[in-house]
Amino acid sequence: MDTEDYIIKQISVFSENKPGRLASIAKALEEEKINIFAFSIAEAKGFGVVRVLVDRPEPALKKLADIGFMVSFTDVIAVNMKDEPGGLYETARILGGAGINIEYAYAYSGKDAAVLILRVDQVKEAIKGIRENGGELLKAEMFK
Amino acid sequence: MPVEEIKKIQYKNLKTLVYRLYSFSEFYHNRMKEQNVHPDDINSLEDITKLPFMYKRDLRDNYPNKIFTASTEELVRYHVSSGTTGKPTVVGYTQKDLDLWTQSLARSLTACGIGRGDVMQVSYGYGLFTGGLGLHYGAEKTGATVVPTSVGNTERQIELMQDLKVTAIACTPSYLNHIIEVAEKMGISVKNDTLLKTAVLGAEPWSEQMREYIQKETGIKAYNIYGTSELSGPMFTECSEQNGIHVWGDIAYTEVIDPETGEQLPAGEKGELVMTILQKEAFPMIRYRIGDITSMDDSVCPCGRTHPRIERISGRVDDMLIIRGINVFPSQVEHALMSIPEVSGHNFMIIVDRKGTLDNMTVQVEMKPESFSDKINDLMNINRKVSHTLKNSLNVSVAVEIAAPNSLPRFEGKAKRVIDRRNV
Repeated sequence: MDTEDYIIKQISVFSENKPGRLASIAKALEEEKINIFAFSIAEAKGFGVVRVLVDRPEPALKKLADIGFMVSFTDVIAVNMKDEPGGLYETARILGGAGINIEYAYAYSGKDAAVLILRVDQVKEAIKGIRENGGELLKAEMFK
Repeated sequence: MPVEEIKKIQYKNLKTLVYRLYSFSEFYHNRMKEQNVHPDDINSLEDITKLPFMYKRDLRDNYPNKIFTASTEELVRYHVSSGTTGKPTVVGYTQKDLDLWTQSLARSLTACGIGRGDVMQVSYGYGLFTGGLGLHYGAEKTGATVVPTSVGNTERQIELMQDLKVTAIACTPSYLNHIIEVAEKMGISVKNDTLLKTAVLGAEPWSEQMREYIQKETGIKAYNIYGTSELSGPMFTECSEQNGIHVWGDIAYTEVIDPETGEQLPAGEKGELVMTILQKEAFPMIRYRIGDITSMDDSVCPCGRTHPRIERISGRVDDMLIIRGINVFPSQVEHALMSIPEVSGHNFMIIVDRKGTLDNMTVQVEMKPESFSDKINDLMNINRKVSHTLKNSLNVSVAVEIAAPNSLPRFEGKAKRVIDRRNV
């Protein structure tokens, strides 16, 4: 299977640190009936970046851009971790061993498993490394 | 015209003006008495320094028309200034005043290459503001066809620009930028889809970097225009050399002074612009301290014109910000921001606060969409770069806020980029 199948389009939104910004992002997605799978906010002085995985990335990006947000797609991967002690260690060990740097990560605990979303410096190598070491990745088609 | 000839005309007109005002204007009569100067003391052009200055506050104190030297029957028009820095001032015109204003602008627009066969969109405000009507009559006088669009309804302006094959535009630089942005949103490239080739831009300070940006982005040749309602309105522009604004010597006598001492400064030195309009009837202006900062160049221009030039206005004595004792002009901020490719340097705001006894200046600037990264570090680096560049050019530390594209205010008339909360 092609590594491309595992590259997921995350939506990154620039947001000034002002009340109501997140509400307008969430409202826009609600209006388009877009479901959010995973979500994080990274904050700095005066601004933040909202990162979201959604079920339909293309219309979500269009809607946010149309109402004036600065948005872009970022390639991330999603690792299906064992929801038990040591689950995170296993994934981190594989990436560390392959010399792959994690730019940022966030996680959510789903019904069946815990999912770790990763932005790494070498996406294809990360996908290959994780799969060869018995790790399980979510396919991008789940987010379309 | 040889320089000596211009000087002769200037002296003759000055002498006539001073005699007329001493005899017929209570304001000037009293002012000259206070200064202990009589028209007989003016025996050369250089003697103009014996005459008292006129200040903006004189216009306010004599609101609305106490300084006028024409009767109501002789007046054919009023204009009222925008009051950017305070109470507005009223200017009256006789027919001769309007003719002289029109003639001055017609000469200026000709120097920018505008004339018969051109279609000029006048996107300065029409009405009390002098920009719209001034450019309107000036452009008509050159033989150009005028489209009096005024300001606003930008999409319609862009449609007309295409439909009427507009070749020249007169507006504020910030409005031209707004037009370019709106056109892009409509899928129209000003460079490729219109015939615009000349822009006459003014009514607010703007930088050489902004000119380069406009010319590169749109293929339009952008000329600086100068004037203020007290002088009549916009009156003078650059020529094809784009190197200084020609001030017609037979119409105005120009001085640049040290704002502290009032002494005349030599050519090339920056100071406060002082103008005497030599042939005005209704609302005379002798040695009026405009408050704009510039320098003079009295050498003959490579275009062949002998009329003196003033350098692009770099700021105003009164919108100059003093931040922790250091002079800061909004145009300097723009200049610095335009050098940073990651931000949109012509869309910025300056906010000044005082915490305790310390001034705090914040510059908000829009990021360009292509420099957006979802990594906080990359964004912080842009922020740091802007801070360093501003610190180096202003010699004062400023806080920087990176804003999203199109999130800061847009201006259709004069841009108001400074919010100074220190006096509130």
